[in-house]
Amino acid sequence: MENGMKQITIHRDWCKQCGICASFCPKKVLELVKGYPEAVRPEDCIGCMLCEMRCPDFAISVKTED
Amino acid sequence: MLQDYLLEENLPHFWCAGCGSGIVLQSLLRNIDKQGWKREDTVVVTGIGCWGKADDYIKTNTFHGTHGRALAFSTGIKLANPDLHVFTLMGDGDGITIGGNHLIHAARRNIDLVAIMVNNLNYGMTGGQYSGTTPRDAITKTSPYGHIETGFDVCRVVQAAGGSFVARGTVYDVVQLNKLIEQAIAHKGFSFVEVISPCPTHFGRSNHMAAAVEMMRWIKEQTVPLARAASMSPQELEGKFVTGVFENSQREDYSTAYQRVVDRLKGEAG
Amino acid sequence: MGKIRFMQGNEAMTEGAIAAGARFYAGYPITPSTEVAETSAIRLPQVGGVYIQMEDEIGSIAALIGAACAGKKAYTATSGPGLSLMAENLGVAVLGEVPCVIIDVQRSGPSTGMATRPAQGDVMQARWGTHGDHAMIALAPSSVQDCYDLMRTAFAYAQRYRTPVIFLADEIIGHLRERCVIPDPEEIPPAEQPDAIGNLQEYRPYDHTNGLAPLAAYGSKHIFKINGSMHDQMGRPCADPQNADQVIRHLSEKIEGAKDEITLTRAYRMEDASYVLIAYGGTARSALSAMELARAEGIPVGVLQLVTVWPVAEKEIDAALAQVKAVVVPELNLGQFIGEVRVRNRRNIPVVGVNRVDGKPIEPAEILEKLREVMA
Repeated sequence: MENGMKQITIHRDWCKQCGICASFCPKKVLELVKGYPEAVRPEDCIGCMLCEMRCPDFAISVKTED
Repeated sequence: MLQDYLLEENLPHFWCAGCGSGIVLQSLLRNIDKQGWKREDTVVVTGIGCWGKADDYIKTNTFHGTHGRALAFSTGIKLANPDLHVFTLMGDGDGITIGGNHLIHAARRNIDLVAIMVNNLNYGMTGGQYSGTTPRDAITKTSPYGHIETGFDVCRVVQAAGGSFVARGTVYDVVQLNKLIEQAIAHKGFSFVEVISPCPTHFGRSNHMAAAVEMMRWIKEQTVPLARAASMSPQELEGKFVTGVFENSQREDYSTAYQRVVDRLKGEAG
Repeated sequence: MGKIRFMQGNEAMTEGAIAAGARFYAGYPITPSTEVAETSAIRLPQVGGVYIQMEDEIGSIAALIGAACAGKKAYTATSGPGLSLMAENLGVAVLGEVPCVIIDVQRSGPSTGMATRPAQGDVMQARWGTHGDHAMIALAPSSVQDCYDLMRTAFAYAQRYRTPVIFLADEIIGHLRERCVIPDPEEIPPAEQPDAIGNLQEYRPYDHTNGLAPLAAYGSKHIFKINGSMHDQMGRPCADPQNADQVIRHLSEKIEGAKDEITLTRAYRMEDASYVLIAYGGTARSALSAMELARAEGIPVGVLQLVTVWPVAEKEIDAALAQVKAVVVPELNLGQFIGEVRVRNRRNIPVVGVNRVDGKPIEPAEILEKLREVMA
């Protein structure tokens, strides 16, 4: 997912669908769609990286391209 | 780069959905990566238990031994070659229950290493029995009527034993966790970080928090930063996880003290 | 030429270990092995080695294993109760294939038993003290000189076969004081070094396809995993049945298959012997005295001393059994080794034990008496 400066990638192969990323995203950027997280409001992403750091499965990467 | 230290070929990992071990591993590997060390100079020593599987995903030297003895293996490694960067990963079973004796003595000796104890409040690998940190009244497979023992405040134990860096964080507050591990690495001497971590599969399921998110929220709600804890009564702090740095003091580490003896003997002989 | 010193067995073990290149000791004091700890605490810092007194024997052997993985020749000393505590981590050294030397100065057991009294009750514990299938090397000294010389052998075996070696001493030898020739430093051959590890792209700590893989050291150019759980060639956990079968058979085969190199025995007056005394450790001294007494009476008896107790010196025992009319096996236990002789007794000749478990050494006269009994 692209949003200007941020790119949120979900590794579905590694994701175990715990939902932590979506539940604790401060801007509600992520939501679970059929169990897997998706960046439904990428334009709101502030690049705090909490979803990536809190993902127990190494399944999220947030790239801030600058 | 995380990839320089993470054995991606072994992912997805073995841990359950919502287990906090992966969060701690990520924080640890990012911090190791920042140090700019050579990978061959780092040794990660693990115990047995869920967190004891962490070495399967790490690209440095690793040592996987027996339950509870990780610090004793680490002591041998560090004393044999003090130039090595040694990390000791233990669960609450390893760290304070079966291996509590090694913990207090490694702290007392001030062995220069980083010990990270992931505390998920029960034995996850064997199916959710109580450990030395299981809180009073908690339900586990072996405390089906409510736990009648009191869990250790592990940081107080390590502090009393002489650990020169002692801290507690949670996998909820990852920003703080990153900083605590960073400080632990920077500290010379025995550096101990306890990380409160969810086990939704066992502890959570037995205590009305089967969903990973529920357990994470519970940890968040039970957390009290050290500064706030200072103004709270013991009753108010009952069952809370006080987070922060409890000890950060300078004391000569074991290898340095030992080398002084060796040098003195050399001087006397020569 | 060397110098002659009047030494205690336990002290000679320390000196022998240091001469063999050992530079790491971790232990917990226990009678009757304590002098190994005390002399090591003095000597190791003098040679730049590490001495640490751990919180218990579990931690002691763990520290040895850790130090060995970081490139040190490492040893500890204990007695039966301590060896019991070491049992689990002894298995880590076995399956992890980490060389180290564990001195067991045997005392009377079970449990705390009689701390200052000699015994040879740990013979089976040395062999099977840790769980699971494995082979073990155990060497039994019978003199102070042995304590010094065999320590070198113990470290050489530990390294050559990547295995823990039990130095199966006993209170008789540990506390014995007698002359010991210490070679001059320039006479001491260099300690056996691990085979040079080639400039491998990917060092595999458990790849034994071209002979036993040498153990690299943490901090060297190699990055590797040591694993006390079942593992593949890289040290990664592996539950594949074929791999497990191969690894476990390898652990036995690397030692049992090298028996001819590992088993050290000493034959005394065996050329014309019609009877043999098979003995090891401190009891071998009683057997030798009994042999002299018997020979003085004209009884053609010899002694087969087992310096290597495990693995079993099959060839030598077979040869003795083929030659003699009867065998006497004196042991300071209720007969822990004699079974190994009996299972090889194809001619069905008398194989009898002389056994004491009262905390007293076996007297030569007792052995002689038993010999007369079997001759009658």
